[in-house]
Amino acid sequence: MAEVHIRKVVKKYDEVLAVRGIDLDIRDHEFVVLVGPSGCGKTTTLRMIAGLEDITDGEIAIGGDVVNDVPPKDRDIAMVFQNYALYPHMTVHENMSFGLRLKKFPKDEINRRVDEAARILDIKELLDRKPKQLSGGQRQRVAMGRAIVRNPKVFLFDEPLSNLDAKLRVQMRIEIKKVHQKVRTTTVYVTHDQVEAMTLADRVVVMNNGVIEQVGTPNDLYHHPKTRFVAGFIGSPAMNFIPCKLQDEAGELKLRINDGLALPVPPARAGKYVQHKGNGSVLLGLRPEHLTEARAQLDPGVVAFDANLDVTEPMGMETLVYFPINGETVCGRVNPAAGAKEGAPLKMAADLNNMHLIDPKSGLVL
Amino acid sequence: MTATATPSVPAATKPRYGSMSRDRRWAMRWSYFFLILFVIFFLTPPIYMLITSLKTSQEISAITNPWWVFDPTLSNYKELLGSGTFLTFFRNSAVVSVSVVIITMLISVPAAFALSRMRFWGSATLATGVFLTYLIPETLLFIPLFKMMAVFNELTGIELINRWWVLLILYPTLTVPFCTWIMIGYFASIPKELDEAALIDGATWTQTLLKIFIPVALPGLIAATIFAFTVSWAQFLYPLAFTTSESQLVLPVGIITTLIKGDVFNWGQIMTGALLGAAPPLIIYAFLMDYYIAGLTAGATKG
Repeated sequence: MAEVHIRKVVKKYDEVLAVRGIDLDIRDHEFVVLVGPSGCGKTTTLRMIAGLEDITDGEIAIGGDVVNDVPPKDRDIAMVFQNYALYPHMTVHENMSFGLRLKKFPKDEINRRVDEAARILDIKELLDRKPKQLSGGQRQRVAMGRAIVRNPKVFLFDEPLSNLDAKLRVQMRIEIKKVHQKVRTTTVYVTHDQVEAMTLADRVVVMNNGVIEQVGTPNDLYHHPKTRFVAGFIGSPAMNFIPCKLQDEAGELKLRINDGLALPVPPARAGKYVQHKGNGSVLLGLRPEHLTEARAQLDPGVVAFDANLDVTEPMGMETLVYFPINGETVCGRVNPAAGAKEGAPLKMAADLNNMHLIDPKSGLVL
Repeated sequence: MTATATPSVPAATKPRYGSMSRDRRWAMRWSYFFLILFVIFFLTPPIYMLITSLKTSQEISAITNPWWVFDPTLSNYKELLGSGTFLTFFRNSAVVSVSVVIITMLISVPAAFALSRMRFWGSATLATGVFLTYLIPETLLFIPLFKMMAVFNELTGIELINRWWVLLILYPTLTVPFCTWIMIGYFASIPKELDEAALIDGATWTQTLLKIFIPVALPGLIAATIFAFTVSWAQFLYPLAFTTSESQLVLPVGIITTLIKGDVFNWGQIMTGALLGAAPPLIIYAFLMDYYIAGLTAGATKG
């Protein structure tokens, strides 16, 4: 068990900067998820922690020791790969015990550890099988078992669920969480799926373009994004960004969206935003769940407006509705009983108590 | 991975999908036609060899139907197998071929592993270089090689020419590049994560090669082995140029030099010797054919 420190780490492939000097402190026992779009540098960062990529500049420490020049085998880490990377000619037992056998562990100790890991992962009956006789989910468990038996300082997961179908992915996600609750090993997990990130992580690290955009708990990132990228990346369907002007109208701070629509900023927020008024165009960030059908009685900070629905997507427990505001398609979530129909108008309500205001030039949340 | 492309769809009993099944039928007819043509073309020489080997010298030179044995005899086989020289050739061939296979594998497999996996400066250029050396034919190589050995002899006094074991140095010039190339292709088809997993599990490069790559790449390894053996077994030019004494000769050269005396061709024994000489590769192919095909086509498709 150990903490991981990443200091000003840079990775350069020829002239391409894959990672542009990131800092990250991962605490002991913590489950940290690196998330971001393809090519954001998350996998490169993980591979640098593993020792599979050289570090161009900066420093990585595992358990207090700088490991920049330490080969992977001496870093005391275990890694689970996207395509499982099981040794095809070995049985499950041999796969899991390979690392221990190389380190010349006594036989009964190896068997004890393999049995223990097999028990945790519920794969005891598979120990004599070869990988090709296993299903995708079972292979993934074996890959995890191979990591667990080593009892390493840090677990590294590289998009381990990407090869599984949607249903199995949800199931394995829960398994991974359970395993972490049992073994409590420091874990760094890479995924491009923000749902996986939100559900698994103690803390989520959102990366983009080789830099860390924001680090925080899943709730923190969801409710208090610091940049437009994080606001748009976390949450599904994604947050709506509506261009508007922040201005004083008759002594009240309002978001002027178009000639016919101006939303008053709730008094609780007005103090925070007043300094930005008249600064040209800003973006109003509102999550779909804060754009719902208008009820007869509107809570304070909730503003009703008329919308013409383009598309509706019934999801069962809710219906997603899409309508244009200033030429932008905006997504809202309404009650299935609200009578949303494609091509028909609907009275919508924007909950501005949960609004975000973004400076489109800097991309920062104000 | 299967090598045959014909799916085992039963022929439609009712030609309901007219053109499809008619096309297929014609395709099958043409393929059978050409396959039979090829079989005839390639099997005629060995069959002729077999027929001739069962004839006496008199019958061979007599004007009879050459495709029929009127007076079958095993005397050619008895004489050849009873003569010490033929067995010497056979033994030389076997020792040389097996040794060359071992030497080739000991060089090719680690070389291919290093070139395909241990990214180092110039590894890609070196891999191409290995392949280029394979493109140089032995007809170009044997004269400079002969010269080199003569120079070596002058400098050290060690005689390399007319020694069967010098073939152990010469044959690998043909087998090592090709086998390395096959193995590079095969190793390249093994996912990169597999050696990364092994590295993280604590394996050294050597352990990764021995415990992961060689077992996983076994079909490729067998294909390379068969190739090296076949090339060594059938090699003619090098032993013809570098060995002369009867005790140093290998089978292909031995048969030609001892059974052709001036303008007297002992056809019965030549055919018998050639047939017996063809037996070992034939047996090896028969048993390992599937591995050979799997090995040669690896990397062609993913899976």
